[in-house]
Amino acid sequence: MWDAFLKALLFQSGYNASLVAIGAALLGAAAGSCGTFLFLRKRALVSDALAHSTLPGICVAFIVMVLLGGTGRNLAGLLLGSAASAGLGVFVVHWLSTRTRLPEDAAIGAILSTFFGFGVVLLTVIQSMRSGYQAGLESFLLGSTAGMLFEDALLIAVGGALAVLFVLLFRRPLALTSFDPEFASTVGVRVGAMDLAMMLLAMGVVVIGLKIVGLVLIVALLVIPPVAARFWTDRVEFVMLLAGIFGGLSGYLGAAISASAPRMPTGPIIILVGAAIFVLSLVLSPRRGLVVELRRRRRAQARLLAGWPVDPQPDAASAPQACVRGHLDPSR
Amino acid sequence: MDQLAFGQNYCVDQNLRSSDCALEISGLSVTYGERPVLIDIGAQVPVGSMTAIIGPNGAGKSTLMKSSLGIVPRSAGEVRAFGEPLSRQMHRLAYVPQRASVDWDFPTRVIDVVLMGMYRELGMFGRVRPQHREKAMACLDRVGMADYAARQIGQLSGGQQQRVFLARALAQSADLYLLDEPLAGVDAATEKAIIGVLKSLQAEGRTVICVHHDLSTVPDYFDRVLFINVRKIAEGPLETAFTPENLQLTYGGRLATAHINRLRTAV
Repeated sequence: MWDAFLKALLFQSGYNASLVAIGAALLGAAAGSCGTFLFLRKRALVSDALAHSTLPGICVAFIVMVLLGGTGRNLAGLLLGSAASAGLGVFVVHWLSTRTRLPEDAAIGAILSTFFGFGVVLLTVIQSMRSGYQAGLESFLLGSTAGMLFEDALLIAVGGALAVLFVLLFRRPLALTSFDPEFASTVGVRVGAMDLAMMLLAMGVVVIGLKIVGLVLIVALLVIPPVAARFWTDRVEFVMLLAGIFGGLSGYLGAAISASAPRMPTGPIIILVGAAIFVLSLVLSPRRGLVVELRRRRRAQARLLAGWPVDPQPDAASAPQACVRGHLDPSR
Repeated sequence: MDQLAFGQNYCVDQNLRSSDCALEISGLSVTYGERPVLIDIGAQVPVGSMTAIIGPNGAGKSTLMKSSLGIVPRSAGEVRAFGEPLSRQMHRLAYVPQRASVDWDFPTRVIDVVLMGMYRELGMFGRVRPQHREKAMACLDRVGMADYAARQIGQLSGGQQQRVFLARALAQSADLYLLDEPLAGVDAATEKAIIGVLKSLQAEGRTVICVHHDLSTVPDYFDRVLFINVRKIAEGPLETAFTPENLQLTYGGRLATAHINRLRTAV
């Protein structure tokens, strides 16, 4: 097993496994960096509604393609359908939370389950259609890398690269919109356009990720990497970069693990690797980690018991950092 | 007699020429759903003045500021700045939102927040150069926060956060400053520092407008007042507009007469 894992890591366990590993790494990198701004704008859950809303679209696209005489398995057609119904789902969530008294989290819950439920019903309908090609649609639920083609990997590579390029280029207005949208609009940032771009990016990542991770778990790939990255840095650019790296690493390691063990589901393994990175960050982070926090509390308690004066805010109230002034400014 | 005083103030203000106004609001109304929040507000803020927007909770003070800036959509009305439609003068404006409106755990440092004020200067893709950093540091120095430039913003106290927001507005090099409750929940030292900076802006010929809630400090800090409570109650220089009658009209019966008289003697 260990040998197989090493082989998979070095792209030596076959053509398909290598394609999957590369595709998963690129998908993870794209999801992590795009997810950063969703997380910071507190829109992470909207992307879950988005992901679950893809299912009816996939099914409708399949049915339409079969009725038109096709096989129904054209990937581009299925992805187009998924994007259309994801867009509709997000629009309904947005409409419900801005035009009615329903709070956003409730709107998300309602829409997510309605769309997903409708999608599952359609899946059953398709199964009774006897078109002969329906096998495989369920694989969009949790992803399936068994029959991954070069075109699929190419789609992920191109889509992922475009998404990463976009967040890299537009990181300044995206960050400003996430931090202080009202102020942003007064200095000329088109906040509405940035919000729309964030949603479209999330939609793009979800759609290209359907094949590998599946619609149920893709939200994790958008959310976990930035949340883990936040433990290591206090700067938004570095959160974005680190989230991309964590996401890519999750995809790559997850694909390698699932390739080295028989019948391991790739998508869920990728998510579990991401979760492991998150837990490590949570415990070990030098600033916000549990270990440091615990030690800090212990020390403060010991001081209190020993009768020493206690700093009310050990970090914030310590002597100002004189070095940030003048030529020693570390921000340069 | 009350009516007379009220009418006079109103007339004085209507005589301002548009080009002498840093901000000129006419017929502004805002509704949230079916509820009117602001009805037919008109106001003229002369260049170089320091104006307090005063009114009880829910009077629409913040909404007046946000709808003037186009953050909240208006259902009617026009806003002009320096004699032109506001949308063409946005580069001369700096807005300081309420401190509580943002997440202070956001991964950014103090100096990065100030650099946000230079967004127009930097553009979407422009590189942050040494001269930008120097300007940001100078703005931080002006509010007494230069030593905190490399701190994560979550480590700051409330007063320090407010000063960083002010530094960000200074970095915009604006001619008109709109501040939403800049003194809410800050300690006395910070209040003094902030007012010092605002007065220095006024001394440079810039215009300052604050949503303000502490009636007792109005005479010390401001030279003009704008009373609103959904509708405009009164506006004008302190001496003529900051009157017990106007306070009574704005706050209804909720403000004790004794309190009002104390404020009156302070003017």
